[in-house]
Amino acid sequence: MTAMTARVGPRRGRDVSKQAGWAVLAWVVAIAFFLPVLWMVITAFKPESAAETWPPKFAFSPTLSQFRLVFSGMGPYFTHSAIATIGSTILVLLLGVPAAYALSVQPVKRWRDGLFFFISTKMLPIVAAIGPLYVIALRAHLLDSIWLLIILYTAMNLPLAVWMIRSFMLEVPGELLEAARLDGAGRIREIGSVIMPVIAPGLVSTALICVIFAWNELFLAINLTVTNAATMPMFLISSVPQEGLYIAHLSAAATVASVPVIVVGWIAQRSLVRGLAMGAIK
Amino acid sequence: MANVKFVSATRVFGKNTQPAVDALELEVKDGEFMVLVGPSGSGKTTALRMLAGLEPIDAGSVEIGDQDVTDVPAKDRDIAMVFQNYALYPNKTVADNMGFALKMHGVPRADRDRRVREAARLLDLDEELLTRKPRQLSGGQRQRVAMGRAIVREPRVFLMDEPLSNLDAKLRVQTRSQIAELQRRLGTTTVYVTHDQVEAMTMGHRVAVLRNGQLQQCATPRELYDNPVNQFVAGFIGSPAMNLLTVPLTDGGVRLAGKVLPLPAPIRAAAAKADLATLVVGMRPEHLHLASGSGDFGGEIMLVEELGADALLHIRLPEGGTAGGSGGSSPQASAVIVTRAEGRRPPSLGQDVALQINSADLLAFHPVTGARLAG
Repeated sequence: MTAMTARVGPRRGRDVSKQAGWAVLAWVVAIAFFLPVLWMVITAFKPESAAETWPPKFAFSPTLSQFRLVFSGMGPYFTHSAIATIGSTILVLLLGVPAAYALSVQPVKRWRDGLFFFISTKMLPIVAAIGPLYVIALRAHLLDSIWLLIILYTAMNLPLAVWMIRSFMLEVPGELLEAARLDGAGRIREIGSVIMPVIAPGLVSTALICVIFAWNELFLAINLTVTNAATMPMFLISSVPQEGLYIAHLSAAATVASVPVIVVGWIAQRSLVRGLAMGAIK
Repeated sequence: MANVKFVSATRVFGKNTQPAVDALELEVKDGEFMVLVGPSGSGKTTALRMLAGLEPIDAGSVEIGDQDVTDVPAKDRDIAMVFQNYALYPNKTVADNMGFALKMHGVPRADRDRRVREAARLLDLDEELLTRKPRQLSGGQRQRVAMGRAIVREPRVFLMDEPLSNLDAKLRVQTRSQIAELQRRLGTTTVYVTHDQVEAMTMGHRVAVLRNGQLQQCATPRELYDNPVNQFVAGFIGSPAMNLLTVPLTDGGVRLAGKVLPLPAPIRAAAAKADLATLVVGMRPEHLHLASGSGDFGGEIMLVEELGADALLHIRLPEGGTAGGSGGSSPQASAVIVTRAEGRRPPSLGQDVALQINSADLLAFHPVTGARLAG
């Protein structure tokens, strides 16, 4: 009896301290990742004078003047980003669903080649393609046009979307599709009424990933647009002026630029987890 | 309402492999409940899917209502199928699930609702369940919705692919009688696939036993039980299974457990005609009776399974029933046979009992081909 209790006590203590150790480590890593973001948000509320001190000041009188500056300047940039992101995501879904269907549920001949072709486009560094892209855009009179961004963002996100949507479609039980076939559903009905409701969480997570990539995209925007289609990342670049360091203003701009994606991600986080985990749980 | 015919229907998966369904010749009469039964891999589900149009037919043809439907797409064959896992649309309500096929065929909404409600009533599904989604239903309710989806279409043929296999035992017994009764009420031709021979025996007008893609026998349950056409059917139909022993022939009968068990003359004649030295003898557990005297043969009880109403005795026979390879000194494996006894006071473990069987109840099969001798 006494031997048993003696054994249980120390072992339990050891487990608890091991758990506590891992928890502390997890928190330290999480805080380390989050700290720069936190600092950026705090700095956004500082007046410029308080922002440039070292060591960083945590006691200050918060002000909204930086945000007022940002909001007054960002209008067109925000609109362009929104249009390019939403437009390209809608196009990606419209094109991606039939493509994924043709590569999963009703595979066409040589579907493996098609899939590989899709993913191979991502292997090309965008820097290598910018020259030809510029020339094509110039000839097509699409330079500095929001349509150019929509087209390019669609092309950029489509391979990933097709792969993701395809994996979700493969999860749909074969019997369900056979039942639909027997019930008389044609191909369009099969996709619309049977497959899409089942993979809806997966579509949401795919759309969210496309939104994130499109919203944050800088390289194409900076090289192919000037003013008429300038996006939020370009607004951030413009907040880093040639002379002087306006850290508070930059922090405010960066905070405002991140907010839409964070909000969308927050709202859709349940769908995101469900969509990404869909393959794991039957 | 229509009859169904498989005319030499064949399906082969891959090249140069054994056909999954091998030249199946089967006719289901109008309004009949035909059960396709067999072990896994026997081709019964594949045959059903060929009839449904979900599986292409590599040779032969399939007819519904005397019309060749081999090249007709599934949705135009006027059939309805109940899947093993129900295949209910998870994002639609029960009512939408049941009405989906009608919607695809352009039936107006008022008609659709009426037919869905009628089917729900027929299946004892509460009105309030019609607005629920499948994930909010129990297994038994989901099964009924799957059946409702088929009934609502008023098809010429019902196809059912092991619809009871996902239900618990008690629900299975209850539902199986409901399905049989429903079919009799609606009178629709039904083809039902199962691996459970109890379902086959209790539900079908006729039962087709399949093995390795080939039809073994198609007959009424009674006929299959009393007159199996080969060893496989004899051993498959009936629970507990028929005792099948390979025994050597001697004068007047066969050698079993050190004694001679007399065989009826027709069997002996058939064995002699086929030049056999051994054959397989079949005895149903309920045909073996505990003898008061020395009986036909005897053995030691090694297991008593009490089922309540009766008891199953597993009896080990001395000197076995399997023919030893070349005889001689090698010890023969001893056979165990199963017999039924009264449930109230069954004999006890370890007891030596004598068994007796009416020679008219003996069945004999060819030891190599399995064909029935003197059927």
